[in-house]
Amino acid sequence: MPVPILAARDIHKSYGRGATRFDALKGVSLDIQQGESVAIVGKSGSGKSTLMHLLALLDNPSTGAVELSGRDASSLNGKLVNQTRNETFGFVFQQFFLTPNTSVLDNVTLPLQIAGIRGAERKRRGMAALEQLELADKARNKATDLSGGQKQRVVIARALVNNPSVIFADEPTGNLDSATGKVVEDILFSLQEEKGITLIIVTHDEDLAARCDRRVYIRDGLISDTLHAAPAAPIAQEVRA
Amino acid sequence: MNAFDLIRSAVKNSLRSKTRTTLTVLAIFIGAFTLTLTSGVGTGINQYIDTMVASIGADDVLTVTKAAEDTGDGPVEYDPDTTTVAAAGPPGTTVVTLSSADLDTIGDVDGVLSVEPQLRVSPDFVRVDGGTAYEASVGSFIPGMALDLAAGAEPDSASDAYEVAVPVSYVDALGFTSDADAVGATLTFGVMDVAGTSSLVTATIVGVAEEGLVGSSAFTANEVLTEALYDTQSVGLSESSKDSYSSAVVRFDETGTDADLTALKDSLAELGYTGTTVQDSIGSFKAVIDGIVLVLNAFAVIALLAAGFGIVNTLLMSVQERTREIGLMKAMGLGGGKIFGLFSLEAVFIGLMGSAIGVGVGMLAGAGANAVLADTLLADLPGLTLVAFDPAALATIVLTVMGLAFLAGTIPALRAARQDPIESLRYE
Repeated sequence: MPVPILAARDIHKSYGRGATRFDALKGVSLDIQQGESVAIVGKSGSGKSTLMHLLALLDNPSTGAVELSGRDASSLNGKLVNQTRNETFGFVFQQFFLTPNTSVLDNVTLPLQIAGIRGAERKRRGMAALEQLELADKARNKATDLSGGQKQRVVIARALVNNPSVIFADEPTGNLDSATGKVVEDILFSLQEEKGITLIIVTHDEDLAARCDRRVYIRDGLISDTLHAAPAAPIAQEVRA
Repeated sequence: MNAFDLIRSAVKNSLRSKTRTTLTVLAIFIGAFTLTLTSGVGTGINQYIDTMVASIGADDVLTVTKAAEDTGDGPVEYDPDTTTVAAAGPPGTTVVTLSSADLDTIGDVDGVLSVEPQLRVSPDFVRVDGGTAYEASVGSFIPGMALDLAAGAEPDSASDAYEVAVPVSYVDALGFTSDADAVGATLTFGVMDVAGTSSLVTATIVGVAEEGLVGSSAFTANEVLTEALYDTQSVGLSESSKDSYSSAVVRFDETGTDADLTALKDSLAELGYTGTTVQDSIGSFKAVIDGIVLVLNAFAVIALLAAGFGIVNTLLMSVQERTREIGLMKAMGLGGGKIFGLFSLEAVFIGLMGSAIGVGVGMLAGAGANAVLADTLLADLPGLTLVAFDPAALATIVLTVMGLAFLAGTIPALRAARQDPIESLRYE
């Protein structure tokens, strides 16, 4: 079995101390392979968001370890962690987090700007990502002037612009109507299929979770169940084609 | 994020909330504007004093007098060997005169390059071509002096010809149509000797000098002319009377340190002489001006400090508003140091705008005030530019304000840099 791109090794995470201590995760282990799509499913307060934050190296586990391509993330220094998040990860959030009064293109190229890439190269790659999501004509618009579906497509373009190997999506369709949500889902899964991008989706939407290769159910800080998609997935692909 | 992007983003962010930024910039503007004007007045008046100082004496010259006997212990016993002459100062002030022997003693002191008696000449009148005669006083031109000239040149101390600079107030009276018209004309001095015989000495007018604050309305003669006038007025005097001077002019090495000068003054004091530089007599003016300007500057700095808190407030609001944006940038891998830089650069940019506009408008206001005042309040003080600007001082103001803004920005910038990305992204 190949080395997983991301792995959780018996991670615990607790907040506060003493009487107010709250254990969000109570020993979770999980391997995620390159190119896989994994849904982390659970009710609010189950610890699914905490697990995503730990896997995305936004936080450190209280005990246990997160491994990035077999390497313990706690051994990486802050600069390397920042670089990894910038170059290897892409983020899609439910609330979009687009900077208001700033152009769509500038929003999309924010990760490149953070990486220190020059203006012309930034623009070229930003436009390429927008074209991929059919938003090239909106590049000069203000991000706040777009519809919900367009905003989420801008967010996906922003997540894609650095050619990441993992995209974290936190309730990507939570703020969208079902038709628009379907479009955004299709975009995410086609990225996984065409570019081999690992998809980690946090959701409580069973329909979205069912489209993933694997569903990991989190309940009260523990993995309660893991379901694999039926091997019929390749057939579904043929049908669509 | 590279340096250029950081600066560009900081500038863009500071312009995002225009009203807030404008108000903060306005607060800094008031402080910088005031500081520009107060320091401008300081520079202007000090420049004027420097010009005045240069017109009454050179930098490398000590005026040496014989120290008067201490009169604090009652009347001084008469000594037939000393002579006294009336000296400048309150009525009754006298100084003990110097003789050639004194000059030799002074000349032997370490550090003295040359010693010349200061000749006091008092012609009865001056006139041009048999025109109206006017009373006049004459001062001697010492090399190193810089006259504040309205026209022409300074008298040449190396020249054998009799040369004189006339005060600007005599130009009309002597019958000249303009300052330039006077240059090149011949001036006649009327001198009466001890015996009561009147003689005439003629000299060429080479320059017209502005009247200053302390530079009196005296004619300035070069050395040969001064000697000629002195010799003429001294005809009939005994050798010992002719050989007594109220003061002597000592030259010293001006490249030496202040300590050398102090040592020279001490050596002279030991021998019973008092040495005074022009700076000693005029320097106290500058100290007073500097003190006043310092107090004015302090008020301006207080205004700037208040503006500094305005910057803190503005940026704290900005950090609060942009919590999610900061969280997002951190999640995407922007380090805390860069976030700190982003917000402190924003503060520095606000400081730069406020101070640059303040200094610019301050200079315009100063120039305007100069133009108005030169013809009204300050018309009697030609050569005085009330508000003068020293580029170094202006640059210091801008840099100080930017430094202050940076300090004010550290509080909000640190808060932004320390934000937890998860908390920030959860923030509604």
